[in-house]
Amino acid sequence: MSGTPKRLVTLEHIDVTLGHAQVLSHVDFHIDAGEIVTIVGPNGSGKTTLLRSILGALTPSAGRITRAPGLRIGYVPQKLHIDPTLPLTVRRFLSLPRRVSDTDAAQALEQAGVAALSGRQISGLSGGQFQRVLLARALLTDPELLILDEATQGLDQPGSAAFYQKIEEVRRDLGCAVLMVSHELHVVMAASDRVICLNGHVCCHGAPEHVASAPEYRALFGSGTHGALALYRHDHNHRHEEDGAEAQDDCGPGCTHDHTHTHTHVAKESAQ
Amino acid sequence: MIFDAFFLRTALAGLGVAIAAAPLGCFVVWRRMAYFGDATAHAAILGVALSLGFGINIFVGVLAVSLAMAATVSTLSGRGHAMDTLLGVLAHSAIAFGLVAANFLTGVRIDLMAYLFGDINAVSWDDLWVIWGGALAVLALIGWRWNALLTSTLNTDLATASGIDPKREQLVLTLALAVVVAVAIKVVGALLIAAMLIIPAAAARPFASTPERMALVAMGVGAVSALGGLLLAFRFDTSTGATMVCLAAVLFALASLTRGRRLR
Repeated sequence: MSGTPKRLVTLEHIDVTLGHAQVLSHVDFHIDAGEIVTIVGPNGSGKTTLLRSILGALTPSAGRITRAPGLRIGYVPQKLHIDPTLPLTVRRFLSLPRRVSDTDAAQALEQAGVAALSGRQISGLSGGQFQRVLLARALLTDPELLILDEATQGLDQPGSAAFYQKIEEVRRDLGCAVLMVSHELHVVMAASDRVICLNGHVCCHGAPEHVASAPEYRALFGSGTHGALALYRHDHNHRHEEDGAEAQDDCGPGCTHDHTHTHTHVAKESAQ
Repeated sequence: MIFDAFFLRTALAGLGVAIAAAPLGCFVVWRRMAYFGDATAHAAILGVALSLGFGINIFVGVLAVSLAMAATVSTLSGRGHAMDTLLGVLAHSAIAFGLVAANFLTGVRIDLMAYLFGDINAVSWDDLWVIWGGALAVLALIGWRWNALLTSTLNTDLATASGIDPKREQLVLTLALAVVVAVAIKVVGALLIAAMLIIPAAAARPFASTPERMALVAMGVGAVSALGGLLLAFRFDTSTGATMVCLAAVLFALASLTRGRRLR
């Protein structure tokens, strides 16, 4: 990183409780202008909760969140259910909540790679088309921070690869920071400046190569070239008890705390 | 000819309710708040009973109780599950408590029927001012918040990211709903207010490609139902509120049959 980039969002020691379950505890996080940061973690590990806290949709029960004054956030949600009773064209959707000119709308759709969809009904779009329309809408705010919550869920392999390529282009063109939650670790490892592994708390974080080479990362997610694949499995069928014996102690440079994963995650999954 | 001062008054009353209820009804449909509308409307009966009991203005009493009910439901909907059951409990107990409260008052039982089923003939010129004042206020409020309401209807996180407070928008709808209930109770009655919210919006859906168009078409359907219902009610000497809702339902059926493919 060159110079001192503007700090966009800082989270200091935040706890978030949903219902009776504490979903996040003592999470520290920050993102600077122009960075791509990816959050990985098993289901129910609080990834979406963290994003919603950063957005301001959730208030932490402890800790502090600081956002840069006037921060413009573009948000692409994990899924967006639009009730079939609500008629909505792509063009109209782009003007929510603020009206945008036809030129700007066309340009954003072009940038997102869906220039031809302007007049179509949202309800008639495929999953991939809708994700790109969501991206186009997020771009219209000229965001300093683009937040994507598993934006490629439900897309096939080439579809999601193309989507991430688009994100990379957008970052290059607009210079915005990108914060994303993703399951596609092969892409994540290549495209991110930093990776944060979350599991109710921050397990480890750092540059992708840094995290990947950390002994503790290898212990948790596998070693060598199969690391990404192992992490992928870990994401889908996570039992820390199984890996725990290997994972304990011996923190790598990216690790921020003593590492004893003896808690279970079943309770947390229902909370998210 | 029936086009005299009396007809003009009732026609304007019906029209006022229809055009305020239609755009609000669209949000009720989009947000799946049908039961929410029911609970708020039924609470109006309790408002009527309290107004008569304490000798305060009916509009004020109904507005206050409806607002309290709408706010309660709105708060409860933010937390927990089994919302459907809870709304059912509130909607029906509100009307039951209202009726029992009215039973304690002497001499008002006959009047109460007018508030359950509406009695547009009893609308005075003063009532008409209140109806149009309320209707225009609701239209202005919804028009002012339109984009923010739509965005938070789509997704609350999306709204938050755009700097909109979804709770505030929910409050706007809550307030608008209470006002519509208060102005509609004399025209269609507490039991059928929710119908004037939902049916025109549902009938408009197949003909709309944007939310704005759906609201406009719903206003048209509501206006036709109100005026046509009034004429039919005079012709056949039927209950005006019920006749309006019947006509709206027929229009809905026709809309669904002719454009049914686009409903889903």
